[in-house]
Amino acid sequence: MATTTASEKPQRSARAQAFADFCKRFARNKGAVVGLVILLAVVLLALIAPLLYPASPWQMVQRPFLPPMATEGFWFGTDTLGRDIGAGLAYGARISLIVGIVSTVVALTIGVTIGALAGYYGGYLDDALMRFTEFFQTIPNFALAIVLVAIFQPSTTSVIIAIGIVSWPPVARLVRGEFLSLRSREFVQASIVLGQSNGHIITRQILPNTLSPVIVMASLMIAQAILLESSLSFLGLGDPNTMSWGYMIGAARTVIRQAWWMSFFPGVAILLTVLALNLVGEGLNDALNPRLARKGR
Amino acid sequence: MLRRICTLAAVAAATALATPAMAQTSGGTMNVVIQPEPPGLMLGITQNGPTQMVAGNIYESLLRYDTELNPMPSLAESWEVNEDGTVYTFKLKDGVTWHDGEPFSAADVVFSADVFLRETHPRLRVSLQHVETIEALDDRTVQFTLKQPFGPFLGIFEVGTMPMVPKHIYEGTDFKNNPMNATPIGTGPFKFAEWEKGSYIRLVKNEDYHVEGQPYLDEIYWHVIPDAASRSVAYETGKVDVLPGGSVENFDVQRLVDLENSCVTGKGWEYFAPHAWLWVNNREGPMADKRFRQAIMYALDREFAKEVIWNGLGQVPTGPVSSKTRFYTDDVRQYPHDPEKAKELLAEMGYDGTPIRLLPLPYGETWQRWAEAVRQNLQEAGIAVEMVATDVAGWNQKLAEWDYDLAFTYLYQYGDPALGVARTYLSSNIAKGSQWNNVEGYVNEEVDRLFNEAAVAFPDSARQELYTEVQQILVEEVPVAWLLEIEFPTIHRCDVKDLVDTAIGVNDGFRNAWLDR
Repeated sequence: MATTTASEKPQRSARAQAFADFCKRFARNKGAVVGLVILLAVVLLALIAPLLYPASPWQMVQRPFLPPMATEGFWFGTDTLGRDIGAGLAYGARISLIVGIVSTVVALTIGVTIGALAGYYGGYLDDALMRFTEFFQTIPNFALAIVLVAIFQPSTTSVIIAIGIVSWPPVARLVRGEFLSLRSREFVQASIVLGQSNGHIITRQILPNTLSPVIVMASLMIAQAILLESSLSFLGLGDPNTMSWGYMIGAARTVIRQAWWMSFFPGVAILLTVLALNLVGEGLNDALNPRLARKGR
Repeated sequence: MLRRICTLAAVAAATALATPAMAQTSGGTMNVVIQPEPPGLMLGITQNGPTQMVAGNIYESLLRYDTELNPMPSLAESWEVNEDGTVYTFKLKDGVTWHDGEPFSAADVVFSADVFLRETHPRLRVSLQHVETIEALDDRTVQFTLKQPFGPFLGIFEVGTMPMVPKHIYEGTDFKNNPMNATPIGTGPFKFAEWEKGSYIRLVKNEDYHVEGQPYLDEIYWHVIPDAASRSVAYETGKVDVLPGGSVENFDVQRLVDLENSCVTGKGWEYFAPHAWLWVNNREGPMADKRFRQAIMYALDREFAKEVIWNGLGQVPTGPVSSKTRFYTDDVRQYPHDPEKAKELLAEMGYDGTPIRLLPLPYGETWQRWAEAVRQNLQEAGIAVEMVATDVAGWNQKLAEWDYDLAFTYLYQYGDPALGVARTYLSSNIAKGSQWNNVEGYVNEEVDRLFNEAAVAFPDSARQELYTEVQQILVEEVPVAWLLEIEFPTIHRCDVKDLVDTAIGVNDGFRNAWLDR
């Protein structure tokens, strides 16, 4: 692929070559590949949920407390009201992924903006923004998320916003650090001399160079967000109209001794998804920061 | 001429004594769970559930009620009513003493009802508005003279409604701050012994109890265990013998009942007759249309909720009056589970799919699951429902401010429609700020008239006629959607005998209970 385009568009070829290198380095981490496969499986499950289970996951379809494998078509058993655990798992994957991704986007938007401004301009603005960031960092994540959701009334939107709000400070600190080190490099100095505007320098010159660590962090943040969402739902602070894994475990908690499968399967689903995201994050780290990664080996 | 009800009661009491099922054995300690820990034990001042559950052993009233709600003698051995139903005369039992040895007399009854409870007991105060005078004719005779007949009158002598308090301790004091409230003195079968806050309350046998040979138990420990799972474990490990209704999650009931030597009963709630329903905000949206409310009734699978969520305990109600409450009739329109019928009604009224909000009762897992099942039922009939998440404070506020479409609740009926049913449907009872009145905003002059007349009609046959008519109107109009006549399961070791034998069950004290060990 790289060879055919190389002669015509040298720039694209360089990118393609970089991408191939990236893939190779990523593939070298076997764990990351396994993680990616699991993750793709979860995404696929979320996408085809309505095809697998045309009925709503809330629908009471069989008698309650049916153990797994006991009846054809109900491989994961049923819950206290006779709802299909399998349907819950499939639809729960959707909400977990949506919340994980959207809240991470929210957190990145806040974190990158604040980090970039603080790191680029420095001085009083940096001080002010960093004190503001520290203020958020001193409050325990989960406690703050509970308070926010309780204030805004539990719904998917409020859960996403709450998770976004509690997860941005590390991003801000990371981006600020990158900006601080890149700001004094020659290519930035050159841009200033060329008379490029601050906005242009931030978004076009420095930001693209900070992306690799941010991408790695983002993949781990999605995992974190899924865990947070599950914990909130477990405590009954999730959207009461959306089936989620955390809700399923929370509802199963009181009957755990009669019906282990009700909490076991969603628990495994959360475990696998979070594990997969962490493995992928590690693989990305290896692929994007080859020098660091080699040092580790 | 006086109607003599007392003869009947005396006969009933005699047969009860003449046919003991087994020979009771005396002695032993009973361990019971109390949840949550009561704020106090002075039943005249605090009337919430846990207080009565413990203090029902310490205090007594003039009457008790069997599971059919017929009055039985307690501190009164007989009673008479004149023929227009306005003068009630009670003959008190002889030889009753307070726990501190002072004799109990008619003066205590007058003090309790006319002075003490009028000040401290809001629910009784309302009923006492019908009473003109309360007099002690002699040491053992008390006469209540009513302004006009008041049908439920004989039903207000339950221990939680009218507990007898000692005049010699409380007269002339500040009732609520009397130091004796911490060491309650009653006439009941058990005496207060100690209260280790956060751990247990201990009651001991009243050796001078006015029923010969009773009580059988030596002492009762009420254990305070804040966590539902720990309460289940305490029963499993044998630390406690009795789990009163509502102390464990419904989903745990079956497992606990399946244990060896474990029994369950849904009896003992006949007087309270907890009646669960969905408030339907009649004021706005599609709920203002009668056909929409009827559609809700057809859409609900109430049998499923009873079987699955309440473990088969309780009964599907036919209307506003519980089948355990007096003047119940089943001669009303029936609403079987029929989603097709619901869809027809919705199509007929032209329901446009406006989403409506459902407010669950934030009392734990059982109610949350119930709300989910109801939402599913309604959605299957084509009603768009969104569940609103809430906590107890939010639930109270939303109902009091009428900020809801559908909301779960349950209320007690206290044995008589005039005490526990009318309050939900009278238009005079519409007032913002309370979640116990006519919250749904239902207005029907005919219903108002029937309820008001029925409360003061005499005799009972006249009341039955009026109540039958009002039930028929209400069930046709569906101001609220009735869900279940709740029975809270009392779980106990099978060798605990005669635990629940009156209409208020465990709340009535353990004067007849004994251990077959």
